[in-house]
Amino acid sequence: MTVETSKHRELGLTDAELDLIVEKLGREPNGVELAMFSLLWSEHCAYKHSRRLLRRLPTEGERVVMGPGENAGAVSIGAGYAIAFKVESHNHPSAVEPFQGAATGVGGILRDIFAICARPIAILDSLRFGELDSVRSRHLLDGAVRGIGHYGNSIGVPTVGGEIYFEAPYEHNCLVNAMCVGIAKQDEMVRAAAAGIGNAVVLMGASTGRDGIGGASVLASAELGDGDEAKRPTVQIGDPFEESKLLECCLELLGRELLVSLQDLGAAGLTSSAGEMASAGGVGIDLDVARVPLREADMEPFEVMVSESQERMLAVVEPGKVGDVIAVCEKWQTGAAEIGVVTDNGRVRVLDGEEVVGDMAVEALVDGCPLYDLSPAEPEGWIYGNRATLATGVSAEETLLALLSSPSLASKRWAFEQYDSIVGSRTARRPESADAAVLAIPEADNAIAISIDGNGRRVACDPYAGTVEAVLECAQNLACVGAKPLGLTNCLNFGNPEKPAPAWQLDRAVQALADACEALGVPVVGGNVSLYNEGPEGPIYPTPVVGMVGELPDPDSTAPSAFAREGDAIALLGPFEPSLAGSELAKQRGELDAGLPQPDIATVAAACAAVREAVRAGKLSSAHDISDGGLACALAESAIGGGVGCRVDVQPLRSRGCSPEEALFGEASGGFLLSGNRAVLEDLGATLIGQVGGATVEVVAGDRSLSAGLDVVESAWRSLPAQAERDGA
Amino acid sequence: MATKARVLIRPKEGILDPQGKAVERALPALGFEGVGHVRVGRMVELEAEDPERLSELCEKLLANPLIEDFEIESIDGA
Amino acid sequence: MLWGVVQFPGSCDERDALHACGLNGEARLIWHEERDLGGVDAVVVPGGFSYGDYLRAGAIARFSPAMEAVAEFAAGGGAVLGICNGFQVLCEANLLPGALLLNDNLRFVCRQVDLIDAEGARLSIPAKHGEGRYWAPEEMLDAIEANGQVAFRYAPGQNPNGSARDIAGVSNEAGNVLGLMPHPEHAVDAMTGSTDGLRIFESVAAVAA
Repeated sequence: MTVETSKHRELGLTDAELDLIVEKLGREPNGVELAMFSLLWSEHCAYKHSRRLLRRLPTEGERVVMGPGENAGAVSIGAGYAIAFKVESHNHPSAVEPFQGAATGVGGILRDIFAICARPIAILDSLRFGELDSVRSRHLLDGAVRGIGHYGNSIGVPTVGGEIYFEAPYEHNCLVNAMCVGIAKQDEMVRAAAAGIGNAVVLMGASTGRDGIGGASVLASAELGDGDEAKRPTVQIGDPFEESKLLECCLELLGRELLVSLQDLGAAGLTSSAGEMASAGGVGIDLDVARVPLREADMEPFEVMVSESQERMLAVVEPGKVGDVIAVCEKWQTGAAEIGVVTDNGRVRVLDGEEVVGDMAVEALVDGCPLYDLSPAEPEGWIYGNRATLATGVSAEETLLALLSSPSLASKRWAFEQYDSIVGSRTARRPESADAAVLAIPEADNAIAISIDGNGRRVACDPYAGTVEAVLECAQNLACVGAKPLGLTNCLNFGNPEKPAPAWQLDRAVQALADACEALGVPVVGGNVSLYNEGPEGPIYPTPVVGMVGELPDPDSTAPSAFAREGDAIALLGPFEPSLAGSELAKQRGELDAGLPQPDIATVAAACAAVREAVRAGKLSSAHDISDGGLACALAESAIGGGVGCRVDVQPLRSRGCSPEEALFGEASGGFLLSGNRAVLEDLGATLIGQVGGATVEVVAGDRSLSAGLDVVESAWRSLPAQAERDGA
Repeated sequence: MATKARVLIRPKEGILDPQGKAVERALPALGFEGVGHVRVGRMVELEAEDPERLSELCEKLLANPLIEDFEIESIDGA
Repeated sequence: MLWGVVQFPGSCDERDALHACGLNGEARLIWHEERDLGGVDAVVVPGGFSYGDYLRAGAIARFSPAMEAVAEFAAGGGAVLGICNGFQVLCEANLLPGALLLNDNLRFVCRQVDLIDAEGARLSIPAKHGEGRYWAPEEMLDAIEANGQVAFRYAPGQNPNGSARDIAGVSNEAGNVLGLMPHPEHAVDAMTGSTDGLRIFESVAAVAA
């Protein structure tokens, strides 16, 4: 196979990068080698524009069992068990084909979890689309939700939470981030490093076809433009049945100690899993493409090496155990083929039968990609658009209804009812019944809580403050169910890092993530980066999606987010000083602008601790963090959930300097909306603002006072199905 | 020599076919007027050594005779 | 009381069913390739997507060795409970009347629903399925109603899938085989929402006794 001189550019490599490859090889790469380098040297695999920034993140903590660099991070939960978790993006494939893109996104993150011998116990997802009044956004939403449900439901892992936002900058670059959480016995966990010279390399699972060829470099690291349709053949197709068998097979193999190491095949397929396993183990690997079971005849060696066919895993096995491994695979009706061997020469060699068709030093292939510094520059002012959909003169009631019926704020029941949220018998709090998902961990006689969050619009207003808020919101969500954070994973979804504004957003967001995690004492145990999310219209909102896992002593001792008892007092806790900057209301009025107030992490952390302890002690009837749409929307949500109204006076916020409108609809970190016994709330130092009762949501706020029937606010909040299904499909 | 055949399976007349209904509802918005009675089924292609037993195979596995009708077409030239 | 829970490749709720059965006796998994049920007193065919549910839900699972054994067990009067995919498998195997079709809104649904049993008692049990619309020809529906084979109906207004006559679960004529779409094994612990499912396992145990 000869290589045309410009081929490397089509594959996403710069001229300088090609020169470096030639220097490292001592010759021109052949086609197989160029394909493999182009994938492993892509942003997706090499993190070449983000790795230096990511070194700022705190990754250590006494509960950390596995940190970044493994298939997934993990923290100990007690009794010899660990909780593994990771979030990953599948943005570009989902923009091309939302059903398969989202489904295979779920499939991929599941494999990352069971690759370290953790049984997946929960899925969460974080989705971003353009405004729902666009046909394309409705198509993408519908497909992504169906795809997530299809895969998660079929494989028997509950989807317990998530979030969906609709904002114009995601119109051409939707985000589909999936998070998986698993449980493992700490002494059974495996790392992804190949070891043992002469050990066999076994490919397990589905056969290899042409799916996703070029996926990593053509799809994942390039901007989408016109002609997306032409990229359709490269979309991977998911098969949850195959994965279900592969999952059980791998867990049985690992439980019986038949494997030395295990790695999933994700982006860049065999190239990246073999390369990364060899690199982590400091060894070499020989692979024979002629021994790879193929779904399509006549695949070229380079196609076999870069195929992204789903539901495949690569294992290193001692020669004496290969027979046992193949027997277990046969029991689970999943494929297994010995395709290579671990060597001591530090090279990845690709063979086609007898013939060597590729030969590269592991160091050059996996770790040789140059890392780039960014050239960040703060843009002047607000670089995204504004579109007014709500006039300024409307009444407070109408404003509340407009906010509640905004698809980003409205109930997501339409979506989460399409997901099995209960399989596994661990789900103590189902979606929208509490601020965080709560799963029982009977293995350790306790429970975990999980939250995923990231409001890209607020990060766009101020990348530093907005990212701190995302971390704090997760911490607040966990506090509301009585959980203490154990660890954090993240997915950084940004625009083109080679341009100054996205580079600045990325730089500030990573710094904020580092500072917030440091201040909260929460280690970052894993993550994923998705850059180049932009098209001719500009970049997406910078969207760091934060997934946080915490522990609580008892799955029954959590608080719901809904009001529970007529007559309960309602109170505010925390350093909540809302403003309209970056708020949903500012968006609807077309008044978005750069800048947000800076949250004070320490005081929010103290409020989280107070709420957490009160919830654990069973002192509160409900706990809900005040987020999108401000206090008025939080009150409406708690009232709708509890089927009971409330009467509130925002005077205490007025005395903190808020205008009536800011008190009602302003947003900020640090606010908890609590209900319960009046004396208990006062003891906590919370500020009393009203009482649960009646069939209306009434808020006294000077000239913006409002009163709306519970049925009216509920029908606004439940309007997502009508908005999502308006095409009749 | 195996016979190549195509089995067409569709919901029985009178059984609500929500997939067909959904297709029907979507058509006008795409500018296709006057299309009705849409029924969505599935198609199975296979090669059989003994085509005599295809009908039995369809009744036992490929279709559920309670809710589905099927037709077997042999594909010529295969 | 020994329960057997059939496990197919693609089963999802077999561990949950095993746990629920274990609250009412001993329980073990039966691998789909086992032709011998090993002396169990009752069999649960659990939820999930057996063999990927490709072709039609339950269509391939009914031909497994374990299901051949279950059919013989049922013919001999053994107590069999099919849940969700298990209900689909039992209908495909002609051990129960009718068929389960795609939900009328074409979407998977996961929701707590109220069921009314044959005695009129109300049970809160979660349903989660994409193909749960119970269907049978009118004369078959009339017959199973007349025979008292309608074991569960969705409470008025709570039919999540368009099932004929709100039917959520049916039994065979002899009364020893029961199938339902909602998941009693997910309603055995107040922590996860309800304990009403225990009554269904108790009633199956009573048939087995």
